[in-house]
Amino acid sequence: MKKFACLLATTAMATAATAEEVRVYNWSDYIDEALLEKFEAETGIELIYDVFDSNEVLETKMLAGSSGYDVVVPSGTFLQRQIAAGAFQELDMSKLPNAGNLWDVIQARTEKYDPDNAYSINYMWGTTGLGVNVGKVQEILGPDAPIGSLDLVFNPENMEKLADCGVHFLDAPSEIIPAALAYLGEDPDSQDPDVIAKAEDVLMPVRPYIQKFHSSEYINALANGDICVAIGWSGDVLQARDRAAEADNGVEIAYNAPSEGALMWFDQMAIPADAPNPEAAHTFLNFIMDPENMAQASNYVYYANGNAASKEFLVEDVIGDTAIYPDEATLENLYTTTPYDARVQRTVTRLWTKIKSGT
Amino acid sequence: MRRLFLIAVPYLWLLALFLVPFAIVLRISFSDIALAIPPYTPTLDTSEGVWAGIRDLVSQFDFENYEFLTGDDLYWKAYLSSLQIAALSTFFTLLVGFPIAYGMARAPQEWRATLMMLIILPFWTSFLIRVYAWIGILGTEGYLNQLLLSLGLIDAALTILNTQIAVYIGIVYTYLPFMVLPIYAALERMDESLLEAAEDLGCSRTSAFWLVTVPLAKNGVIAGCFLVFIPALGEFVIPSLLGGSDTLMIGKVLWEEFFSNRDWPVASTVAVILLLILIIPIILFQRNEQRLREEEDA
Repeated sequence: MKKFACLLATTAMATAATAEEVRVYNWSDYIDEALLEKFEAETGIELIYDVFDSNEVLETKMLAGSSGYDVVVPSGTFLQRQIAAGAFQELDMSKLPNAGNLWDVIQARTEKYDPDNAYSINYMWGTTGLGVNVGKVQEILGPDAPIGSLDLVFNPENMEKLADCGVHFLDAPSEIIPAALAYLGEDPDSQDPDVIAKAEDVLMPVRPYIQKFHSSEYINALANGDICVAIGWSGDVLQARDRAAEADNGVEIAYNAPSEGALMWFDQMAIPADAPNPEAAHTFLNFIMDPENMAQASNYVYYANGNAASKEFLVEDVIGDTAIYPDEATLENLYTTTPYDARVQRTVTRLWTKIKSGT
Repeated sequence: MRRLFLIAVPYLWLLALFLVPFAIVLRISFSDIALAIPPYTPTLDTSEGVWAGIRDLVSQFDFENYEFLTGDDLYWKAYLSSLQIAALSTFFTLLVGFPIAYGMARAPQEWRATLMMLIILPFWTSFLIRVYAWIGILGTEGYLNQLLLSLGLIDAALTILNTQIAVYIGIVYTYLPFMVLPIYAALERMDESLLEAAEDLGCSRTSAFWLVTVPLAKNGVIAGCFLVFIPALGEFVIPSLLGGSDTLMIGKVLWEEFFSNRDWPVASTVAVILLLILIIPIILFQRNEQRLREEEDA
């Protein structure tokens, strides 16, 4: 039924906005849906909520123009490039009184992508790391299995043993290639095609043992016990952990930011330059920045947010989990990346196609 | 005047839904990638008049993207692999579809409408949902594996999903009605007394099938094969949902160019070449249809 509603929403996109409505395009499995109803009840604005599971899809819509959305949620590097292309409008801070709740530590980091945070607010942030079915992996690799190290997925010996149990990688070259470079001890944010090419030497030998490259299927696959290991996003893995616990199927999932370093990313809410209803978009952003609302979202999806005032409303499961709110030591081990230019992007995509298809 | 109008309608249709979109794609294929909305240049600038804009636009076109495609073996491999997948799945669809069509045509008259209905019925469900259903059937923990395991036919679950085999299954399943219906139409019209005559003249049932039924069904088979082959060649949904990462098809390459590289010009170039490859079977198909109509008129 949810899928059907999405289809309807997409069809409705073609018709002009008549009643007061706001169209939000966010990542899949990324909000507590009760919040959507709360927004409609509080503001009387009709909310149309669509989802995607890759930055590439969002970016293509943004660069094509006339997406029809009022609020979209690109990650930092993609946001930076889309701002440069003129895809977004500057936020009107006078309409965002709740912006004062934002967390300066995160604001300082997102300035790298959005100078002065003029175009976006942080929704959630997290890391890219290892989701592991602890029981099965220890059964295969023994009790000392390196579940906190990239050695688990980039060492062919480990991968060969894990292959039958199932390993998924994110279908996101901008996250897997930096991880491979971090494993080699290279700069994960390298823009040098020669350095990027070294990722091939890491990924090709383990390629035969990877069952699938996909950016959302692994949540269910991990939770059902269909696969043993996934390189995935922190909160998604934690959602899998909870779904498994709820199903009580004996599957125990753990998330670890790899000891070699993990990518820290930021999903930013922004308003497209040609948004049909920027006024309502600001209302939505302000609603999201309300500390209690933001906490409700984080409590539901297990991602950290960029809202300092929301911390007091976070449940212990979230604020107390270092996989979500990393401690100082882990925080130092996190790295960020910057966008590739068109020429380097082509090298990266070609390398990715080569890795995925073996061609 | 009325005649002119009747002719004009299909041509206007063709112009609006095929030639104009194709012209747009062709134009983009001569452009360069840019960080802008839309993500390519040059775009049509009509500030100095429409014709000046078009002249200026054309002068900036280049064939760089076409040269680029020849420089990387990825594209040729993808085209070849798509051709192979499309051809093989057409063959399998024929293998499955012909007996179905044959059975339908031989069934008692009163059953035929129901059988026809059963072939068409799946179309009432969205194509996407039907392909998704195969994920549930073919998965490691899927229904097929559970069934085979419980029957004791296999010891360990088979890996079908995310392999080339799943792509073939998906294509054969999806396009089966396109194969069955034209063959059925051809077989249904067949005069059964021809078979009796063949047997009276000393033909065995098998040879009567090969000498009488198959030649009479030929046109239906050809039509069915084209109806399956042409869309299967550019298929994107089935390989991306059911296929593994090593399934190389041009539809997926196109997607990557468009979404991952944001390179609309190269994506358009890939699409133009795909169309050129498809034009040959499409023309052959048209010729066959035309001949058929002429035969019927005669």
